[in-house]
Amino acid sequence: MGVLAAITEAWQEVRVHRVRVVLSLVGVFLAVFAMTTITAVGRMGAQMLQESSDRSQGRAATLQLDVYSSDGSSTVDAESMATLRAVVARHEIAWSSLTGSLQFPARFPGGTQVISGTIAEPRYGEMHRVQVLQGRWFTDADTDRFAPALVVDQQFADAVGGFDPASPPTVVLGGDTPVRATVVGVVDDRNTYSPSAWVLPGDVERWISADPAYGPAQLGMQVWVPDADAEQLQDVLQRELTASVPGGNVGVSRYDSGEELGVVNLVLAYGVRGIGVFALVLGGIGVLNVGLVTVRQRIREIGVRRSFGATSGRVFSAVLLESVCATAAAGALAVLLSVAIISNLPLSLVLPEGISLTDVPPYPWEAAVEGFVAATAIGALAGIVPAVMAVRAQVIDAIRY
Amino acid sequence: MSVISLDGVGRTVALPDGEVLRILTGVDLVVEAGEHIAVVGRSGSGKSTLLNLVGLLDRPTTGEYLLDGRPTAGMSGRRTAKLRGATFGFVFQQFNLLAGRSATDNVASPLFYGSSREFLGRRRTARAMLTRVGLGERLDTMPEKLSGGEQQRVALARSLVRRPRVLLADEPTGALDVDTGSAVMDVLEELVREDGTTLITITHDLAVAARADRRFRLDHGVLSPLSDAALQDAAADRSGT
Repeated sequence: MGVLAAITEAWQEVRVHRVRVVLSLVGVFLAVFAMTTITAVGRMGAQMLQESSDRSQGRAATLQLDVYSSDGSSTVDAESMATLRAVVARHEIAWSSLTGSLQFPARFPGGTQVISGTIAEPRYGEMHRVQVLQGRWFTDADTDRFAPALVVDQQFADAVGGFDPASPPTVVLGGDTPVRATVVGVVDDRNTYSPSAWVLPGDVERWISADPAYGPAQLGMQVWVPDADAEQLQDVLQRELTASVPGGNVGVSRYDSGEELGVVNLVLAYGVRGIGVFALVLGGIGVLNVGLVTVRQRIREIGVRRSFGATSGRVFSAVLLESVCATAAAGALAVLLSVAIISNLPLSLVLPEGISLTDVPPYPWEAAVEGFVAATAIGALAGIVPAVMAVRAQVIDAIRY
Repeated sequence: MSVISLDGVGRTVALPDGEVLRILTGVDLVVEAGEHIAVVGRSGSGKSTLLNLVGLLDRPTTGEYLLDGRPTAGMSGRRTAKLRGATFGFVFQQFNLLAGRSATDNVASPLFYGSSREFLGRRRTARAMLTRVGLGERLDTMPEKLSGGEQQRVALARSLVRRPRVLLADEPTGALDVDTGSAVMDVLEELVREDGTTLITITHDLAVAARADRRFRLDHGVLSPLSDAALQDAAADRSGT
């Protein structure tokens, strides 16, 4: 009951001296608000980088498997495709996609253009966090079509007159041996400045001839494996592919940028935390300063409380708890404000042009808890000196005048 | 058994220049339960020091102080504080009400240091006490909105809210005019009589001292009984007749 009485008394003091308390807490409030908000924004920034990286280079951990021809290029041929598929099947890797690049002509109503093509299979969409705007990404059924299927970007879709899911547009591809392809979906790809398209490897092999001016299609395979297994698997796959391919001209490498992003996240986490702690210390000095001045002004009150029977310990804890209650309340308010702002942030207006977030990270509750605990701790630290002064106050002098 | 017993109590303080200042010398005082004692003396005669010693806010440098027959010397600070809160109520000349708190909150404040029951029922108890001192209509009024007499009645209610056995009043009417002071003393005496509380009043107002059962004079730290005749002489001296 003594503890409850002490806390009640401290809270009563905070309410009575609210103007002073509020002024002294501005620093702590801003520090906790900044710390939690910047952490949340930083988390979003990291997620933004992560997603951007995932789209271009695959999720962590993505391994790139290449089989090179004798001239050093990794070309599309049935034999190398079969070799890669066999290795993946042997290790029961669930997420894999043949992938590569080629350039091919497409005959748009406005004229023929050379298109940057990406060879991809159905699983590639998830592995590269592809965002479908209209229609759909490739499915396994697309591999059995009698005509090539295309997934295109918005520029490509605009060039064929727009995308209507009820009546998907078609476009003639190729030069000497043209083939009519059907556009099955439009994806978000704002990082290119010319029309681009995604094609299935089987379609490339059967129907789509690469533009001779830009050389043959390049092909490899990407696999998405658990980050922890990536290094070991990289060695194993390298050995097995080398043994499977005559001449052993193969390469297995880490394709995603997980490690680099890890460094960015680390810098972000410690940088933000460092700034937050610094701001919090400054806020704490403010609380300490006001606390010291206030105790001097409240000596008489402390003396009167002593006459009521307040022990030294009780006077100490009352002054200390006053500081703790106040900073804890400031911390809680700062966290609430931060949550309210971050949760209602209009991302489409805030994010830079061309950047989007598929998985908006949740509010970092650990940062909120950290901020609240730090505010409470700084209140305790800043309250110790005034509390010691209050205990040392001469009661008789205090109540005499 | 006497409530308070001082035997040869003295209090000295060391001055910065090394000299020892003797504030109280060989004070002998026995106070029975329910008595009203008054101590008169000039400013600087040691009245407040005596009250602080009796109220366990200070410790004597010589002599023995028995509270309810038990020695107070050697008690821990914590035990002393608890005993002070449970035994004594204080009324100060300047009221010493806590600013920014209503009359009810002020009267309830000593109950934060009492038992669980006292703490939980503090507001109800405080309101009842304020009603007893005639401030039932001013429960939520801030001290600065009250007159001097009302403020001293709030202080009075606060000093009695834990039902102390001894009430120590240091110049309770010192900051009030004669009529208001007399009215406050009426309330004070009525309350202590009802509760059987022992009252020790420090004053240099002879009219206030005259209301006590027994009176003492404190002169240069020496306590001596003040007879009715001496009181009348002193009153005559002061009025210049």
